[in-house]
Amino acid sequence: MENSNFIIELSHLSKSFGDKVVLDDVSLFVKKGEFVTILGPSGCGKTTLLRILAGFGNANEGEIRIAGEDITDVPPHKRPVNTVFQRYALFPHLNVYDNVAFGLKLKKVKSDEIDSRVRKVLKMVGMTDYEWRDVNSLSGGQQQRVAIARAIINRPQVLLLDEPLAALDLKMRKDMQMELKEMHKTLGITFVYVTHDQEEALTLSDTIVVMNEGKVQQIGTPTDIYNEPKNSFVADFIGESNILNGTMLCDKKVEFMGEEFECVDEGFGENVPVDVVIRPEDVYIMAQSEAGQFDGVVQSCIFKGVHYEMVVLTDNGYEIMIQDYNAFEVGQAVSMIVKPSDIHVMEKERTCNCFEGEVIDSTHVRILDTSFVCNDLGDVKGGEAVNVRVAFDKVELMDNKEDGTLVGDVRFILYKGDHYHLTVRTLSGENIYVDTHDVWDDRDIVGVRIMPEDMNIEFVENK
Amino acid sequence: MKKFFAQTYLWLLLTMLYAPIVIIAIFSFTEAKVLGNWTGFSTKLYTSLFSGGVHHSLLSAIENTLIIALVAAVISTILGSIAAIGIHNLRGRKRQVINTLNNIPMLNPDIITGISLFLLFVSLGITQGYTTVILAHVAFCTPYVVLCVMPRLQQMNPNIYEAALDLGATPMQALRKVIIPEIKAGMISGFILAFTLSIDDFAVTIFTIGTDGLETLSTYIYADARKGGLTPELRPLSTIIFAAVLFLLIVINVRTYRSQKQKEVKL
Repeated sequence: MENSNFIIELSHLSKSFGDKVVLDDVSLFVKKGEFVTILGPSGCGKTTLLRILAGFGNANEGEIRIAGEDITDVPPHKRPVNTVFQRYALFPHLNVYDNVAFGLKLKKVKSDEIDSRVRKVLKMVGMTDYEWRDVNSLSGGQQQRVAIARAIINRPQVLLLDEPLAALDLKMRKDMQMELKEMHKTLGITFVYVTHDQEEALTLSDTIVVMNEGKVQQIGTPTDIYNEPKNSFVADFIGESNILNGTMLCDKKVEFMGEEFECVDEGFGENVPVDVVIRPEDVYIMAQSEAGQFDGVVQSCIFKGVHYEMVVLTDNGYEIMIQDYNAFEVGQAVSMIVKPSDIHVMEKERTCNCFEGEVIDSTHVRILDTSFVCNDLGDVKGGEAVNVRVAFDKVELMDNKEDGTLVGDVRFILYKGDHYHLTVRTLSGENIYVDTHDVWDDRDIVGVRIMPEDMNIEFVENK
Repeated sequence: MKKFFAQTYLWLLLTMLYAPIVIIAIFSFTEAKVLGNWTGFSTKLYTSLFSGGVHHSLLSAIENTLIIALVAAVISTILGSIAAIGIHNLRGRKRQVINTLNNIPMLNPDIITGISLFLLFVSLGITQGYTTVILAHVAFCTPYVVLCVMPRLQQMNPNIYEAALDLGATPMQALRKVIIPEIKAGMISGFILAFTLSIDDFAVTIFTIGTDGLETLSTYIYADARKGGLTPELRPLSTIIFAAVLFLLIVINVRTYRSQKQKEVKL
């Protein structure tokens, strides 16, 4: 009410199924008429968020307002929203006309008005003359059009779309994207669109909300998200990117891959570790020359239609992905330039693992729900609270899960040019971050080992 | 040669299975009082079956049977469908447990069901008669209805109920306009099954029917046979019942065949 600009106001939504946290303090504000896309990998909580908006699930905490009205506890049939489901969810026993007219018939709209409105929306989705067809006889694309017509005929304030194009083939999907965008313009309804397809999100939306692990990672326009990713997850998920460890030497000067570069970022402080993102199309590549900022050798070159995608190994031992219209042969020595404005510097989300735990006895601590052997702590009672810090590259991963002190599975893999930065999720649901040169696959089950001398144990003062 | 034996075996088996029914059917078209005597073709037993008179009690037994079957089938179809929807919405272990609980009564011998219900009614002090028979029949028919409706619910797109709510239907309206049309075929199969099971039942009925002279077809025939010799009119009656059951079975099978074909078309 205070701010009538926003049609949807989600504040501090949290939701968990049993122990599993699906949404973690999500807040989101959507302006009237906006096309908002919630983007994220599967299992990131985006569908749960949409279902809570539609009223098919309740949040454990938080508040939902639509057009200023608190609808947190309003059942789905009384909400001013309509949903287009991923698997269409048309009523199989009704024909196209009755499917589309379903909502209006419930509202007891006069039959001649229903008639004209059904005809109008069917025309809009390009399904004129299909009124009396059995919905089971329609193709996937046609069913999706009917599903859209069935939702928009009710003139909702907000249209929710749950991966509506995921089941269509590529060509059909492209066509439907354009039609959806057109429809959004003509209808003036607020669209909330859920997808895992970053290209679709970039094409369609006014605003993109990137989600991962139940948390909002970044909210912004497609160009913002692409050009100024807030963290390594967003950088990695949206488009291709080179993500490297770097150090901000001072304002406008950053060091990575063993070289100093000029950049445009400031305000990080001096000698601060950072993540550096460079898009593959932003690296200029040429035959070896004095003009380059750094040199390397082409490792692979693949034709991708419009451009070539090359991997170059720099003289300092970093692998960089480059996209260019010109091809360079494998084995050729090349030089590269990156413009200061194309170097995106991000604050590091973390610089080492920090686990909360407690002392068991003088040589054991409990962290991550597991007992670890540690260096002699001297005179301890047991039960003291400690923080244990472990450097990323001091965590060892093992193929054989019995060899580790505890077991986890690989959740997120980030290539940092010369090593991998992995997120390993333990059975108790905590994350361990690991730097390694070995190649692991997503969802690999691994044994985790930490040597006693690599644990930096710090006692936490009790209140 | 191998094929010849296979064929012979099959026909021998079928003959053994159907011989009793065929014999009853054949001998229903003759007037002889004793089964096994052929005194020429006649439809007199059929006409006398329906003309009443002497066999008034037989006709009223048929009437009772049909009324009980109809009422029991209607009630168990409603109860079973509601139960199936409820079970379908359960998750994980709970669903498994309830499903097993639903299956046990079907495996339980009828005679045990009959005795337990008899004891239950006696201990609750319910006078035995129409009500108890119907209650008993509902009790053993309902699990079968659940079994018929369940697959339809599982085939259903889980989102369509939500889609109906989303379009403004109250939960009741969504049930009526979306869920019931989707599971209707299962409900009809369940109804037919419950109906035939109820007509067929003897073991449970005999224990719950009481001593006030209420007779269903099965108890009537039983009493009749014990009195010495079957009334000849039972022959045409058996033939008619068999024909009716055969007809219902064909209807059920055609329905499942059709819905399977429809599914294939969809895929």
